[in-house]
Parts: sequence; structure tokens; C-alpha cells
Amino acid sequence: MENAFGQPQNVVVLGGTSDIARAIALELVRTRTREVVLAGRKPDELAAAARELVLAGATSTAVVTFDAEDPSKATQCVSSAFDQIAGPVDLVIIAVGAMGDQDSDENDAVASARMITVNFTWPVAALAEIRRRLVAQGSGRILVISSVAAIRVRRASYLYSGAKAGLDRLCEGLADSLEGTGVSLQILRPGFVRTKMTTGLKEAPFSTDPDAVARDVIKGLATSHRVITSPHILVYLFAILRHLPAPLWKKINESR
Amino acid sequence: MPREILYGWGRTSPSAANLENPSSQAQVEALLHSSDATLARGLGRSYGDAAQLAGGLVLSNRLLGGISPIDGAGVVTVGAGISIDELLTVAMPQGWFVPVTPGTRHVTIGGAIAADVHGKNHHLDGSFSRHVTALRLVTPTGTHDLTPATHHDLFWATMGGMGLTGVVTEATLQLIPIRSDHVLVTTMRFDTLDEIMAEMLAHDDDFRYSVAWVDCMTRGRSMGRGILTRGDHAPSGTTPVAPRGARLTVPFTAPSGLLNSLTVRAFNELWFRSSPRHREAEPQGIGAFFHPLDGVNSWNRLYGRRGFVQYQFAVPDEAGDSVRTAIEKLSSSHVPSFLAVLKRFGPGNPGPLSFPIPGWTLALDLPVGPAKLPGLLNELDELVLTSGGRVYLAKDSRLDAATAHAMYPRLEDFRRIKESVDPEGLITSDLARRLNLLGK
Repeated sequence: MENAFGQPQNVVVLGGTSDIARAIALELVRTRTREVVLAGRKPDELAAAARELVLAGATSTAVVTFDAEDPSKATQCVSSAFDQIAGPVDLVIIAVGAMGDQDSDENDAVASARMITVNFTWPVAALAEIRRRLVAQGSGRILVISSVAAIRVRRASYLYSGAKAGLDRLCEGLADSLEGTGVSLQILRPGFVRTKMTTGLKEAPFSTDPDAVARDVIKGLATSHRVITSPHILVYLFAILRHLPAPLWKKINESR
Repeated sequence: MPREILYGWGRTSPSAANLENPSSQAQVEALLHSSDATLARGLGRSYGDAAQLAGGLVLSNRLLGGISPIDGAGVVTVGAGISIDELLTVAMPQGWFVPVTPGTRHVTIGGAIAADVHGKNHHLDGSFSRHVTALRLVTPTGTHDLTPATHHDLFWATMGGMGLTGVVTEATLQLIPIRSDHVLVTTMRFDTLDEIMAEMLAHDDDFRYSVAWVDCMTRGRSMGRGILTRGDHAPSGTTPVAPRGARLTVPFTAPSGLLNSLTVRAFNELWFRSSPRHREAEPQGIGAFFHPLDGVNSWNRLYGRRGFVQYQFAVPDEAGDSVRTAIEKLSSSHVPSFLAVLKRFGPGNPGPLSFPIPGWTLALDLPVGPAKLPGLLNELDELVLTSGGRVYLAKDSRLDAATAHAMYPRLEDFRRIKESVDPEGLITSDLARRLNLLGK
């Protein structure tokens, strides 16, 4: 069970090799978490992430593999991950996602559809099963990794940002649907985070790193705010950006 | 079955459960057989997750009522769902008072047993369990009438057992006689913690009731300044009447952050200055003396949506220094903390999960919010543990399992006794899961 500060005893991470997810899991283990289940595509990277958690103090780790391009198996993935934990599951982190290659994907129907599947459809399918299980257990928390890019979609990454926007908006409704169930959902909106997924991309203002995001998550779990923005200052920046007139928004993006 | 969100008094980690309101022992027995996870709940005044069971069946004990006639010796049998408030309404006009009351009248007898509550008289009279002569306990393997003599182990495992041995349906208590509805209170104000503790060590035993309120936010020379109030029932006076209900209600949850280090510091200052330096035998009403916070309904909402944590620990006399160390840590951390409650504990009891140990106990109210609070409380755990002390489970909402096990070395005894009546571990709670109290 989680404690008064929203710190979980056990965590299921879907997308367990994401740099942000790894940093969050590590920070959770350093504070209180003992059991972690990591689900992802690459077994050896998952195993490496699991080893890192054991060194930090996790007493039990398990690894589950899945393919985020196949939403029909999302339920199965969630079941196998939940089965690794004996009691109630305290926290599920959804960190599944891919940046893709906008320039080549945008004229390719299959690649465009794949971006939506991995960043939106698979997470939504998984959320359906997670929701069902957590509501039945009467407790638990979901953390969905979105992005500040979901607030206003940019030309340079509209497939990724657009999919995240869909997921982010959907999760607002999903979070409302959990009222009175004992389950809650929080949306994490990081800014530009220096990770392997963003290597080679031009950094945006207020860039941050996974460890800083992880620390903001620990704080966010305690306050239970619906949206955790990291770094927090981006709340104010995007409050302005989202209402900029379109020509100005375009101009800012072109100049970068 | 309708699900309901259940909170502890600190409003920190709610969970959803199926709630039923059995009104008889037979209904409790039937319901117990209908679910694979069950827990009894009273008025929800434990601070953390002790009266919650996510996804399970929670049996409110409130319809398990009934108060027998009080016999000439002050012995009464009550349903487990009767609150101390309800009992006092009947008992006080007949000249009887509860032998032990916590800081609120709004706890049920079942809850008082589960948490083995203590009051301002622990140094002389012990905790609630000492005054329970018999109780009826429904377990998954049968219903038992327990007395300390006939069922020593199960009786004492139930006292302070956090509701994990079964569902208490009724209990027999020994009340104490009173001649007045007033307490004669002696108030002393001290500028340092050392003076308060010295005075308590020297003279607490001269008073039936004693409690000190300590300011944990002032640093430097006046660190740990505080006010000591002690008293006893007035020997004569007006015929006792039950204390009045609350006249104020906090109508909605305040914004988190209303109680911050500034406002709390200001409150502590005001409160300290408004107290007399020394006043003898001032008559105070029972309600004002024992249950000052009952004057405001739902005062826990003042702490906002994030809720608050109460941290109460006990340490033996030889570790009295750790009380000072704890207050130092707290005052230097700038974490807002309301007046802490400092008390002397008398001897403990045979309960394997019983909290009190002879020495000192300090209770702190801390709003959730400051990022350093979780770490600070972990440090306090360490301090308490190395001092040979423990944290009170009825207040806890954040301890980790390993620390809890180290603080309660007789947990294995508790598990063995529990297994004798509940081999499958059907009676459990969010607290038991969080602290792995059942070892499943």
C-alpha cells in the first residue's frame, strides 16, 4: 500500500527502459519502493534496468516483454506484469512511447499509423485493463507520461506531439472517471528531457534531465495534483504559448 | 455492493471498500463468511490506514449498539459501536466516567480496544485495555467470550491488535465514579523543555491527569517551551451532565497550505502567550479539559486536501534525551508542526502489539506538503528505534514494514495468536498490508 506521501511499495512500469521511467523507478526505490516490475520491448535492457534497481535497494524485480505495436496483446502484458506482485499494485507508470522520425514518417502512412499506435493506442488499450484491475482492488495510482508538447502541437514533431495530445486529453477524462473508486491518475508533462530518445534533437528552453523529472514526480505523488509539470516553470510558459496566435506560434517554432 | 471511499482521520491515503452495517452478532458472523478480506471500522478516528481495507469488506460497527444498566460497582456492558460520547451521555448523569479517554470522545468502544487508546492518565491508570473486563470477539473460526483470565493470549492480542484478530461486538468495562462534571486544573507555563520534563518527572504522579503541550517551532533558548496542564475530577459540585456537542464545523476542505510554518508559528505564539504562568485548581468542564478539539467538527479538514500525518512515539525513561533530539530536529527543519503533546507513560501491558512503554510519549501533527517531511520522519524512526522506542500504529500512515517489525519485537507472538483464530488471514487492513503485519 502507498503511504501518506503517495510513495508506493510496489510499481509496475510499462516502458521500463525509457530513461525517464528508469530515473523515476530509481528515485522511488531510493525513497520507499521495494518491488518493481519492468515491462518493455528489449529483454537485456530491461534486465540491466532491473539490476540497477536491485543495487539501489529493490528487494524484488521482474521483467515482462511486450510489443507496443500490438494493442491486441496489451491486456496480456498488463496481466503478466500484475501477476508478478502478490498484493495490491500501488503504482503503474505508463512510459511507452517513441519519437519516430518526423521527416520520413510524415509522408508514410504505415509509419504515421505506427506512431499513433505506440504513443496512443497501445497505452489506451493498456489503461483499460489497468483501470479495471485497480478499480477492483479499490486502491492504486496511475502515472501517465505525457509531454508539454501535448499542450500545443508543433510542426516539427506533430506525429509524436499529436499522439501525446490525444493521450493527455483522454487521460483527463479517464482521471475524472476514477472519482470515488479509490484509484487516481496523474499526468506527467515533462519539458525537453535530455535522453536517448531526444538525442540529436535541438534542445528547447528549460531543458532538464531524467533525475530532475524523477524528483518532481516524488513531490507530485505527495501533492496528488492531477498534472505534474517538470520543470514547474513550464506551467506558466505554456499557459502563454497555448494561447499565442497561430502565426506567432509558427514563427517561434521556425526560428528555433 | 456499493463501494465507499474510506479515509483515516489524517485524510492521506483513501481506499475503496464494500461497506456493510451489521446490527447483530449473527449478521457479523454471516458477513465474515461471505468475504475473503474483512475488517471492522468504528468512527474512523485512527489517523492512517488502520480502518481501511481496499477492495475488501468493511463492517461498520456503529449499529452494534446497546448500553446495559450500570451496576453499583460501575460495571457496564456496551455494544462495540457505542462511542465514548454516547456512553458518557448515559453514564455521567449517574455519576460514572470512562476510566480512559483519548483526545476525542468520538471513538467507538471497538476502536478504543483495537487501538488500545490511552489518555492523560496513562501514568497512573494505564491504557483502555486495563479497564476492559470481558469482550466478545467474532473470528473466522468462531465467536469467543474473552476475559484476561480465560483467554489470556487472544484477549491481549485483541487489545491494541488494530482490529486484526476479529470483530469485537461488545465489551464490558469498569467505569470510575465522579462527583462533578468539572476537573480542577493546574496550569504551569515553562520556557524550556528541560523544565517541563523535570516537573513532569517530579510531580506527575500527584495528579490523575497530566499533559504538556510543547511548541516545536521555536528555536534557540525557548526551544520546546510549553504548557503543562494537570488535574483531577472535582471532589464535589454540580450533578454531572454529558459534555455538549460541537458548536462549530469546518464546512469544507481548506486549501492545502493554509497551515504553513507562518500561520502555525503565529498560532503557537498566541497560544503560548495566552496561557497563565501558573494557576492552581481552576475548574474546567470535562469537554474542555479532555476533548478540546471536539468543539470543532471535522477540524481535520483544516489541513487541506493533502491531509496531515500524526507522528506519535514512545521512548523509555532512559532515552528521555531523544524527546529533546526529536524536537530539535523538528524545530530546525522549519517543517510546520502544531503544538506537540508530551505525556508520561506508566507500565505497559501484555498485549504483543501494545504501544505504551514506561517513559515518555510525544505526538506531533504535521501537514503533508513539505518535501523534506518524509525524510525527516524516517530520521525520527531511526532515533526512536535506537532509543528502544516505537511509533503508535493507530496514528501511523507512513512507517515502513522493516522498521515497524523492529519496533514491535513481539509481532511473531501476535501472528501466532491471530493464526490460531484466523489461519487464512481473512481479517486484514490496509495498515496490515502496508506493514506486512500478517506475514503472508
